[in-house]
Amino acid sequence: MKRSWNPRLWAGFALVIVGILSYPTFFIRFPATRDFPWANLLLLALAAYLLAAGLRRAFRRPQEYRGKVTGTILASLSVLLVGFFFEQIFYVSRQVPASLGAPRAGQIAPDFALTDTSGASVTLSTLLNSPFGTNDWPPKGDPRDKTAAAVLIFYRGYW
Amino acid sequence: MRSFQKKLPEFDARRIRVVAISVDSPRENDHLRKIAGYSFLFLSDEKAQVIRKWDLLHPHAGMAGADVARPAEFLLDSTETVRWVALTDDYLVRARPEQVLQAFDAINPRN
Repeated sequence: MKRSWNPRLWAGFALVIVGILSYPTFFIRFPATRDFPWANLLLLALAAYLLAAGLRRAFRRPQEYRGKVTGTILASLSVLLVGFFFEQIFYVSRQVPASLGAPRAGQIAPDFALTDTSGASVTLSTLLNSPFGTNDWPPKGDPRDKTAAAVLIFYRGYW
Repeated sequence: MRSFQKKLPEFDARRIRVVAISVDSPRENDHLRKIAGYSFLFLSDEKAQVIRKWDLLHPHAGMAGADVARPAEFLLDSTETVRWVALTDDYLVRARPEQVLQAFDAINPRN
């Protein structure tokens, strides 16, 4: 008797891949799905259900369905991939230095000179003392229109 | 960063200068600004000197083990005094622009 194909296993594995890759490529763009990866957890829960259902069919009714071997391989691979993903988003991302020496509220910020995208040097005092038109840089605007504040966003970089 | 770009008109209205700082080179920053459509200022700290001085260094955490900045946000007033700080303990969780605007409004109540 010819055993039928077991698409749940493949769909489940495909969903594991989608559930993981959609975090760095898509869901990371929105604070609501980045701060806690609930969208990815939902996708992975659905993937786990499909894989479990496929495996169950393969082992309970092996005369009818294929997938005892491929299913086991796909499920183990999924466990490894999801384990790695969880390690990255729940453990590695939290290994951030405490930065106890960072400037605190009330302190004067240490001055700096850094390079803008045109290669020009920009100091903190220039930033705060240049006229403010809009956030475009270099600043254009009425010199009487003073900059009220600056928000410095330190980030990890993209390259 | 995208969320700050989206809220940029609100920063403009309050005359708050938005500045992004990382170890990326000026050329890389220029490229990023173009492809991502960021119009605010990007500054390069390629040797992480300022990042180190501000105790924001995250050693070997970048690509190929490079030293990078840990995510952090500071609101400074015009006298260079720090008025508000966000030091996340999870680099996937960053300060949102609304928090910065709220902090600014709490310090500068509008009549």
